[in-house]
Amino acid sequence: MANLDPRPSVIGVRLSKIKRMIAVTGWKGGIGKSVTASALALLLAKKGFKTGLLDLDLAGASAHVVLGAGGAFPKEEMGLEPPIVAGVKFMSVAFFSNNKAVPLRGANVSHAIIEMLAITQWGELDFLIIDMPPGINDAALDVIRLLPRAEILAVTTPSVIAHSVLERSLELYKSLKVPVLGVIANMERGAGDRSTTARAVCKRPLAGRRAGNRSGGVRLRLDPREGEPRLLAGRVRYDSALEKALGSPDKILKTNFAKDLGKIADFMFCGMPEL
Amino acid sequence: MHEWALAESVIKTAVEHAARGKLRSVSEVAVFLGELQSIDKEIFAFALAELVKSSFKGLSGCKFRLLAEPAAFKCKACSKEFTLKVLKKTEEEAENIHFIPEMAHTFLKCPRCKSPDFDITAGRGVSIKFIKGEA
Ligand SMILES: Nc1ncnc2c1ncn2[C@@H]1O[C@H](COP(=O)(O)OP(=O)(O)OP(=O)(O)O)[C@@H](O)[C@H]1O
Ligand SMILES: [Mg+2]
Ligand SMILES: [Zn+2]
Repeated sequence: MANLDPRPSVIGVRLSKIKRMIAVTGWKGGIGKSVTASALALLLAKKGFKTGLLDLDLAGASAHVVLGAGGAFPKEEMGLEPPIVAGVKFMSVAFFSNNKAVPLRGANVSHAIIEMLAITQWGELDFLIIDMPPGINDAALDVIRLLPRAEILAVTTPSVIAHSVLERSLELYKSLKVPVLGVIANMERGAGDRSTTARAVCKRPLAGRRAGNRSGGVRLRLDPREGEPRLLAGRVRYDSALEKALGSPDKILKTNFAKDLGKIADFMFCGMPEL
Repeated sequence: MHEWALAESVIKTAVEHAARGKLRSVSEVAVFLGELQSIDKEIFAFALAELVKSSFKGLSGCKFRLLAEPAAFKCKACSKEFTLKVLKKTEEEAENIHFIPEMAHTFLKCPRCKSPDFDITAGRGVSIKFIKGEA
């Protein structure tokens, strides 16, 4: 008998008190996954939801930079209890890498993710937001395999390249029956205050919404087939003030970026009872 | 004491193994404790003993054999094979490797060519060698 890996058996136990898991992805690099995941976690925590944030981008861990979580460290207690940063239970490989590079091959990425999932004691959560690395790689496949309840929240930007990658990702998620919560169109320029579609709050979330609007000259074709529910959850403006707010949760929550994202969160999660 | 979380995974795997094989009881579980992760054997044994009490009854007479497994590495860049003894690390780095053994690639380097691109060929962390039981 080959050696057995005991760790996966306990992952379900660690996640058993988490109501919803949301993996922020989009496959393309640099489109705002980390700022979206981090700000979404901050917004949900502020609304009173018990919220966790897990950074699964081992090579490019960023959420700790967005949150300014420098001094935090997990507490050793029957596993690792994530520190609470601005109301969010936060876990990242950055706690263990001393700000150095984490040069891992795929199989080792998987090992490290399984280890983190097996030892992290999240406790009770309404939401666990997961910041995904770009691409469909070990982390993405592990989330599908190990966190079958995770819902995809995809990010895209006004570019045919981002849309093309996005469409391929949605196709795959569909064939794998991975639930897709919606798509956030990020870095929309000149959209003003009408930058989000989350106006008719709560009426048929995500279904029957028009995604074919123009955005920066590129036509959003998020799901071209007839009769399919449109997936556009909302639009987030390009906000030049975001960069200066990074590292400070309070400042981030005051940006237009967070304002737009907040409307989308209300739209997506307004059925959830607040505490 | 994050050893508890991993001990719990061993118990859970043994219980699942028993259920799959329709075993009435599990008599012996052999667990490798890889040198790289430097799991505290005493804490691990204590955690197993405690966790068994609130677990599947068929596990109550189980003997847990905790086996030290030396770590071994092979560099992918220059093919050099080496052991943990030749590698230097600070206490903090060792602690980080203790939590996530893959941090070895962040803090340790091939002694010949200094590459972090090596395989951990043995002794990474906790694994189960075998589970024995009666049907
Ligand atoms: N709506 C926005 N307005 C202004 N800047 C933005 C916006 N969205 C993202 N950015 C900026 O774009 C950069 C990339 O964002 P981020 O790191 O979140 O992308 P990512 O998709 O996580 O990247 P990676 O693929 O490397 O993980 C950051 O500097 C971020 O502040
Ligand atoms: Mg990122
Ligand atoms: Zn070498």
